[in-house]
Amino acid sequence: MTQKAAKGIDRDQVVHLGTLARLELTEVEVEHYTLQLEQILGAIASISAVATDDIAPTSHPIPMENVYREDVALPGLRLEDFVNDAPAFEEDRFRVPRILDQPS
Amino acid sequence: MSLDSDLTRQSAATLATAIARKEVSSEEVTRAHLDRIAQVDSRIHAFLHVDAEASLSQARLVDAKLAQGVLLSPLAGVPIALKDLVATKGVPTTCGSRILEGWRPPYNATIVEKLMAAGVVSLGKTNMDEFAMGSSTEHSGYGPTHNPWDLDRIPGGSGGGSAAAIASFEAPLAIGTDTGGSIRQPAAVTGTVGVKPTYGGVSRYGIVALASSLDQAGPCARDVMDTALLHSVIAGHDPRDSTSINAPVPDFVAAALNADVRGMKIGVIRELQGDGFQSGVLERFNQSLDILTELGAEIVEVSCPHFHYALGAYYLILPSEASSNLARFDGMRFGIRVDDGNDRSVEQVMSATREKGFGAEVKRRIMLGTYALSSGYYDAYYGQAQRIRTLINRDFAAAFATVDVLVSPTSPTTAFKIGEKLEDPLSMYLNDIATIPVNLAGNCAMSLPIGLAPEDGLPVGLQIIAPAMADTLLYRVGSALESALVDRWGGLLISEAPSL
Repeated sequence: MTQKAAKGIDRDQVVHLGTLARLELTEVEVEHYTLQLEQILGAIASISAVATDDIAPTSHPIPMENVYREDVALPGLRLEDFVNDAPAFEEDRFRVPRILDQPS
Repeated sequence: MSLDSDLTRQSAATLATAIARKEVSSEEVTRAHLDRIAQVDSRIHAFLHVDAEASLSQARLVDAKLAQGVLLSPLAGVPIALKDLVATKGVPTTCGSRILEGWRPPYNATIVEKLMAAGVVSLGKTNMDEFAMGSSTEHSGYGPTHNPWDLDRIPGGSGGGSAAAIASFEAPLAIGTDTGGSIRQPAAVTGTVGVKPTYGGVSRYGIVALASSLDQAGPCARDVMDTALLHSVIAGHDPRDSTSINAPVPDFVAAALNADVRGMKIGVIRELQGDGFQSGVLERFNQSLDILTELGAEIVEVSCPHFHYALGAYYLILPSEASSNLARFDGMRFGIRVDDGNDRSVEQVMSATREKGFGAEVKRRIMLGTYALSSGYYDAYYGQAQRIRTLINRDFAAAFATVDVLVSPTSPTTAFKIGEKLEDPLSMYLNDIATIPVNLAGNCAMSLPIGLAPEDGLPVGLQIIAPAMADTLLYRVGSALESALVDRWGGLLISEAPSL
C-alpha cells in the first residue's frame, strides 16, 4: 500500500464530491453525509490494516479476457420504441441543455 | 392436484403439470394470482406494476400453443413476478427509483426473452430498494413492502417485493438479483427459497447494473424444486453479456431430485456465527446441522479468517462500481429531467435531476464511491478492497479443498421492524455479513427456510454455499434438508404464515 487511508472527511470534501457526482446537495444533506461518510469509512478502516503488499487485486470474480463474438448485424432500436420515453425529444433527436457557453 | 384447491397455494411444478395435462389453463392460474394480488397487495405492496389484461393475454397465448401441442418448457403457463430492474419492453421499469418514473424500456432483458420463450407468464414488476441498494425495501422511492409474516416488519431487500409476492401467494415464482444478498436475505426473512447462481451463470443483459462485478440474477420460489426449474429456464450463455459463462447448463432439476447428502462433507464457517447472530437463528441453524448429520453428512468447522474484512471491502467495491454505473442516469435520454431551461447548463440540469430523482441511500453510496475512486484515495480504498477480495477467494478455495459445501445462517437476525434501522446505515449494512463473501468470490449460494425463531416466531434461513459452477450441489443439499424438514413439519414452513 503506497497511500494512506484518509483520517476523516470534512464538509468541503463532501461539497466537492457532490459536484463531482452531479448531485445538487442541500445544506442538510451536506451535514448528514459528512457525518455518515466519516462513520462508514471509520467502520471499514480495519481493512487498511491487512497486509496486502504481495497480493494481486481481484477486479472480477471469474477470470476472463478478450471475450469476442461474431460480428453479426442485428436490427437496432427503432425510434418509436423510445421517442415517447425520452425527457425531451425534437426532430428525431434527444434535446439536451447547452453544453457550451453562448457567444456574447 | 384437485382443481377445486386454491391455485395460488400450489407449487410451480404442480401448476405446470396440471397445465400440461389440460386439467387447468394458464389463463385460470394467472387469473387466480391476479385476483390474489387484487385481494392482498394493498397490504403487502409487493408490486409496483401489474397489468392484468397483458398477463391474461400472455396466458391465453400459452394456452393456445399448448392446445396445438407445442412443447414450451417444464414451466409453461406458470406465472412469475419480475424484480423491477429487469428491462421489460414497453412495460414500466423503475428500479424502485423516482429518476426512472414512467420509463418504459425499448427492449427486453435476455432473461425476459427466455421466460417468454418458455411460456412463463409475467404478472408484473416487484418493489425493491432503489437501484437494489438496501436490505429492507424501505429505500424504494415508492414506499416500503411489508413482510407477510408480520406487516410491521421488513421483507428483506433489496428484492423484498419478489420475496413478499411469493410468501403471500401472489406469485409462485419470482426473479431476483443478488449483489450482496438481495435474493438470499429476503428469502430468509420471508420463509422462502432463493438462489444466487454462480456469477456469469445467468445473463445480466437488460438488468440495470448496480455493481457489475457482483450482480447476479436468480430464482425465487417457495420450495427448492421450483427454484431449480426456474434456474434451468433462465441460465445459459448469452453473447450479449461478455461476463456470461460459456459452458453447458448443469441439470439443476436432476440435482434437486438427487436429495442425498450421504458421505458429503459440509463446512460450518466459524466466522459466521456467534456475536451479532440472534439466539433463535443460531438455535435453528444448529438443529439443521443435526439433521444434516442424521442424513449422513459429515459436519466440520472451517475458518475463513478474511471474512472479517468482507463487509469493508464490499462497501468500497459496491459504491465505487455503483457510482460509475449510475452516472448514466443524467436526465438526458431516459427518466425524468428537472429544471430544464434555456439559461441552465447541462451540469446544472444533471445535478438538479439526480438530486431530485435519487433517494438518500443511493446518494450516500454514490458519494462514498466517488470518494473511494477519487485521486489520492484510489489505492488505499478501492485498490485495498480488491486485494482483500483476493484473500477472501483464497479462504473459499482453502475451505472447498476440504469440504463439498459450506453453510451458515443466511442473515444474522429475523425480519426487523420497518423504520428500525432506517437512520442507521451501518447497522443496516451488517445484515449482509454472511451473504457478501459469496458475491465477492463469484460463488453460488442458496437460502432455504429452516424454521421459526422461538423468541419472535419469524422465519430463519440457512445458507448453502458451493464453489463457482457447482450450483447443482446447492440443489442436492437444499432439497435433502428441505425434505427432512417438511417431513417433520408436515408441509412447507410457508404454510404456517398468517392467512392475510
